[in-house]
Amino acid sequence: MTTLPSVGLVAGSRRSKRLTQRSRAERWAPLLFLLPAALTLLTVSVYPVIDGLRLSLRNTMLSTQEDAFVGLSNYVRLTADPDFWSAWRHTMLFTAASTLLETVLGMAMAIVLYETFKGRGWVRAAMLVPWAIPTVVTSKMFGWLFDGQHGVVNWLLMQTGLIDGYVNWYGDSQTALLTIIIADVWKTTPFMALLLLAGLQTVPHSLVEAARIDGAGPWQCFWSIRLPLLFTTLLIAGMFRALDAFRIFDLVYVLTGGGPADSTEVLSTLSYKVLFSGLDFGYGSALSAAMFITEALIALGFGLFIVRRMRRDNG
Amino acid sequence: MLSSWRAQLLITRIALYIASALIVVWSVAPFLWQVSTSFQEDRLLSSPTPNFLPWPGTLDHFYNIFVEKQFHLYIVNSAIVAGLTTLFCLTIGGGAAFALARLRVYYHFGILALILSVSMFPQIAIVAPLYLAASSLGLMNTYTILVIIYLSLGLPLVIWVLFGYFQTIPREIDEAAIIDGAGPLRLLVSVILPMSLPGFVTTGLLAFIMAWNEFMFALAFTSGVERQTIPVGIANFTNLYYVPWGDLAAASVVVTLPLVLLVLAFQRWIIQGLTQGAVKE
Repeated sequence: MTTLPSVGLVAGSRRSKRLTQRSRAERWAPLLFLLPAALTLLTVSVYPVIDGLRLSLRNTMLSTQEDAFVGLSNYVRLTADPDFWSAWRHTMLFTAASTLLETVLGMAMAIVLYETFKGRGWVRAAMLVPWAIPTVVTSKMFGWLFDGQHGVVNWLLMQTGLIDGYVNWYGDSQTALLTIIIADVWKTTPFMALLLLAGLQTVPHSLVEAARIDGAGPWQCFWSIRLPLLFTTLLIAGMFRALDAFRIFDLVYVLTGGGPADSTEVLSTLSYKVLFSGLDFGYGSALSAAMFITEALIALGFGLFIVRRMRRDNG
Repeated sequence: MLSSWRAQLLITRIALYIASALIVVWSVAPFLWQVSTSFQEDRLLSSPTPNFLPWPGTLDHFYNIFVEKQFHLYIVNSAIVAGLTTLFCLTIGGGAAFALARLRVYYHFGILALILSVSMFPQIAIVAPLYLAASSLGLMNTYTILVIIYLSLGLPLVIWVLFGYFQTIPREIDEAAIIDGAGPLRLLVSVILPMSLPGFVTTGLLAFIMAWNEFMFALAFTSGVERQTIPVGIANFTNLYYVPWGDLAAASVVVTLPLVLLVLAFQRWIIQGLTQGAVKE
């Protein structure tokens, strides 16, 4: 900052003209660098959301060429649609259960990995495997593991005496959603653990050391020092997990297709069916708008909680 | 006194090793079972007791997927789409991250937060409008539409991770380059880029994995083996009367093994890249 004027003075007028040109370029450069990304995100992510809201006020049918403004009638239909509410409940249940399980199990894994021991690098590497596997492959993999006739999970549970007859996991409306939750927990927990581990490593070691000298055991150290300091990170990680879980599509679509008897139908799969099997783009858009609103409310809830928490921590 | 302390330490160690062994089994065992399945004859797969080792082995399932189901065509489609997506994500996202981290941009944290919130949109909400737009532009069943969509899905993550990397490079280096007469583009290409190569490799890998694994848009926007990507191909792998678990396992192994090897090779960088957002707290 301080060097620039002196350079200008020494170099004379031609140099200073080039400098003003450069400063003009400097003013426009950030915009030029940001423009392609901004254009992409605005046209492919933001505009479609707004266009979706417009569609949700129309009765656009791809099969009959119907396309007229119908006001809020799609939303009125939505409030009385039992399929919508059942999918809404499944989605909320899935989101709550998977987020909670993944956070708790992820925390346990992170605590193990926080200690230094031989081979820790290998354990961490192995934990990336479930994250890297395509979700469609995960679905098929769990389809085979939890198969009702030849699935290895049934066989293992029989051998250990935990069940006394084969369970038709995702073929039975009683256990299908549970199977999907298990598959999701398998896929996402290790990643959650790595996030939380990174958070744990930022807790100053001196604090834990001081508590230890004062006679605190490892449990006490965890509950009264590490966990409170990690709480905000935990909430943020939980929020992103919940927002992601809420959009679940691949696992359900491939493993059960929403069945049996609609017991695993979630909002994304229901919207997809209304859009591409029913070709009802108006009502389908109202469905996804309702999803958008629910997702925004979840984010808002977490956000308020996080901000309150941060305020308390800082003041 | 001392010996009981030692015993306690020993017990903690043993518990630690058991716990980490459990984590490894949890993470890797389902995939290993898939590998074993892919080499087993159908007769063995439907026996009442599972065979954990693929003995006697067979390559039938691999023959089935490549010769009968033309699986290599899906692989080519996926490679083209994911490769192009990665390339565009890195150039466009790299520029944006550079501007946000290094040039004078007002509200750059606000812009970053906005970009991140875009990535949290429920994706089903943009499928219908994009479908109508793609139909009217004649982009249905093309690589182009998939690359455009994946670009916008990947950009938020790419910008965030690269932004984090750029921030770790000391600012004095920029100042030195500017005094030497480098403009913003020169600064990015000949100073920042070489210094953050690990960041670009990691981010590229993340974008590639995202595009390689994406299912919903590929399902909605493509039809037929000439444009469909691997996830759609695998999802449609069902015979009329039974589920071909062996073929599915073979396909899973073929598409996942390269990813797993890449991830294991770059694991340190990936973990660093993915978790830096959480550490920033």
